[in-house]
Amino acid sequence: MNSNDTISTILARHGNNGTRLMQILRETQDALGWLSPPTLTAIAAGIGWPRSRVESTAGFYSFFHTEPLGRYRVLWSDNITDRMLGNIDLMQAMCRKLWLEPGRVSADMLVSVDTTSCTGMCDQGPAVLVNYRAITRMTAERVDQMVGLIQKQVPVDEWPAEWFKVEDNIRRADIILGNSLLPGDALRTSFARGTAAGVETASNERSWHEFMQAADTGASATLEEIKKSGLRGRGGAGFTTGLKWEACHNAPGKTRYVVCNADEGEPGTFKDRVLLTRQADLVFEGMTVAAFIIGAAKGFVYLRGEYRYLLEPLNAVLARRRSQGLLGENILGREGFNFDIEVHLGAGAYVCGEESALIESLEGKRGVPRNRPPYPVTNGFLNQPTIVNNVETFAAAALIADKGGDWWRSFGSARSTGTKILSVSGDCERPGIYEFPFGVTVRQVLEECGARNTQAVQVSGPSGICLNPDDFDRRIAFGDVPTAGAFMIFDDSRDIFEVVRNFVHFFAHESCGFCTPCRVGTTLLKNLVDKIADGQGTRSDLDEIFHLNRVLQTSAHCGLGHTACNPLLYTLDKFRPAYDRRLKLLKFVPAFDLDAALSQARQMTGRDDAGAHLETAQ
Amino acid sequence: MSEANTFLLDDIEIPFTPGQSVMQAALSAGVFIPHLCYHPEFRPHGSCKLCTVKINGRPATSCTTPAAAGLEVESNTPEILDKRRTLVQMLLVEGNHFCPSCEKSGHCKLQALGYELGVMTPRFNLLYPTRPVDASHPDVMLDFNRCILCELCIRASTEVDQKFVFALSGRGIKKHLVVNAESGRLADTNFAPTDKAAQVCPVGVILPKRKGFAVPIGERRFDVAPISAHVDEFKPVAAAQGERT
Repeated sequence: MNSNDTISTILARHGNNGTRLMQILRETQDALGWLSPPTLTAIAAGIGWPRSRVESTAGFYSFFHTEPLGRYRVLWSDNITDRMLGNIDLMQAMCRKLWLEPGRVSADMLVSVDTTSCTGMCDQGPAVLVNYRAITRMTAERVDQMVGLIQKQVPVDEWPAEWFKVEDNIRRADIILGNSLLPGDALRTSFARGTAAGVETASNERSWHEFMQAADTGASATLEEIKKSGLRGRGGAGFTTGLKWEACHNAPGKTRYVVCNADEGEPGTFKDRVLLTRQADLVFEGMTVAAFIIGAAKGFVYLRGEYRYLLEPLNAVLARRRSQGLLGENILGREGFNFDIEVHLGAGAYVCGEESALIESLEGKRGVPRNRPPYPVTNGFLNQPTIVNNVETFAAAALIADKGGDWWRSFGSARSTGTKILSVSGDCERPGIYEFPFGVTVRQVLEECGARNTQAVQVSGPSGICLNPDDFDRRIAFGDVPTAGAFMIFDDSRDIFEVVRNFVHFFAHESCGFCTPCRVGTTLLKNLVDKIADGQGTRSDLDEIFHLNRVLQTSAHCGLGHTACNPLLYTLDKFRPAYDRRLKLLKFVPAFDLDAALSQARQMTGRDDAGAHLETAQ
Repeated sequence: MSEANTFLLDDIEIPFTPGQSVMQAALSAGVFIPHLCYHPEFRPHGSCKLCTVKINGRPATSCTTPAAAGLEVESNTPEILDKRRTLVQMLLVEGNHFCPSCEKSGHCKLQALGYELGVMTPRFNLLYPTRPVDASHPDVMLDFNRCILCELCIRASTEVDQKFVFALSGRGIKKHLVVNAESGRLADTNFAPTDKAAQVCPVGVILPKRKGFAVPIGERRFDVAPISAHVDEFKPVAAAQGERT
């Protein structure tokens, strides 16, 4: 099949629908290797979009390539937890063996090696993606074998199966991970609420008409349970779920959408990966309950591109649920209740975890956060009322729909009800998934996972909070230490400055670039931190960090920019010596290093003796 | 009712008509709020952030915030001016801006705001991006070195010309302007020098060829009077009266 036929087939599979552009681009790239200029032209013609808009989308996402990148694309996950497990040494060893520089394609167009943002395998790193398939627990030995397989051009499908094994590592299960719900239970209970309320009304009022009206209140009665539960969003912001669903239900629109945010991009978070592996039914059930409540007919799971390997298993669960009557038309025999779910795969953009950016991406566009208001509950996907909730929120909602709001409230604390699933990684004996009731102290978590000599804990990823031992009696809860789930541990052998540097690089890489302060500011921060790392830092650079923070916090377009300075601020407050010992303690030193600038001349002349260096060099 | 339609901007009472943004109301009243990506003829999107003000104590972009009765808006405070100055410095180091050799000098909004806000140094290290010039078109050249990513040409080409000649690609600091052609060259698009998109660049990216220094340096728009004195030209009512760059 020539490439035009391939593109036509893919376009036809997606009904030449531009809102499906992300899937069209991914499948085309899988088939053709990269997205060449003629390929983009053909896709644009197929979906009837201007070519410039297709190029616009293709150029935004890290996992789409508008330049050829070789038959094998090895991407090393570059979270700080991967670094602590030695990913950089391993990557450099791989590059040496392949005669390759990171970020470059080999001359024979066979292979390229680079880093990528956290791939969500922090409890089993160092991790890589090879042609977007996840491989865990890299070692020097595996690097050797992998290089051999690449050089022999063995297809990735034929590589050792155990490399692709992703462990769940559930260390502590509570009401969510230990639930015994069967598929359909939460829906049946929700439907029954309407009948129960209806029978009660009918017996009181003796009115068939009112009975019929009341029969529909299964949805509103279930919404009442969700509201009563006090459930708050698990993605980090903590908005009350019941209120969001109610607002969406009440918003005028032609149709409504349920979106599950599985774009788990916060470095150090991997609990959604485990929920989708082990509790996919519960998550889908929660989405279906949500659809029942708000009156939606269509749902999406926005699955991050790093979790590509979950696509087929999730589609299999969806197919089974359809055959069980839990999705599709007249769900569980309920006349007129039609709902189906589709998995939409992302392509490497952290900012798409922001709900309005996620919706833009679902529509086939660049993942740029929208101006708000209006909010997605009134103007979401295709401008229709839409709820976007985290994977864990839907899992919790399914349980609440079945067991009631009071039951949920009996766990956790008054303002932070229920349990929270934590992704624990870094310096501890048992990294993995821990489900605790809200209100657990940081110290309890550290004890349970076997952490020793802990110097710091980064909660909720780079944009979250860095805690030192003075804070370890604080509690995981919305009012104290809120979290989307990441819990990264650093013992006293770690250099906190390197942790921060990793996070600052992350934000610069993931800024969408829409607004000036974040687009330029995150890069300026990166350069400042690198300057300090190079031993050229001064007090004035620290002052500049505070100044940039004031600009980003108050003028950036979205949360990414608002919080981009957080890792610096928390650690400058609590781990100041990590900075001070690197500073030259002068008022100002230029970032330009004259001696380093001569390195090219030294390389060309093959000299590296004292005479080839400036005297000023240290 | 209409008397109630006012808000306070730095203690000046500003009238507005419902549907206007804070920015539109301020400009209509003759009060200048610095901006780069706002243009009276296009839907605002709030990306440059120059127009960030404090509304009832909270930061907000004045071009996207609807005016409402009783708002208290701060704009001309040392804190806000300092942030705007920093944003202009960010834009100056992000691209390659050599004002003395730029045909747009004196007509350039970025340069004018630099003067307006008292930008005396670049403050940050220059990023020196590599951005090749596109001189393929017979009548117009594109010097991407000066692009500040305001998206005005994109909006003009999309909303007015309906040609989609310009779009953004890349992400973050690598975000850049592209044109609607497989070759990536302006000459291979249906762009025309008479397009709206050719008229709206606030800096010196989209320039007509063979037309240089028609107005001598020193006598140009912002040479003669600072940008804040040109506030009448940015009024929403004046929108249809020709070129606004």
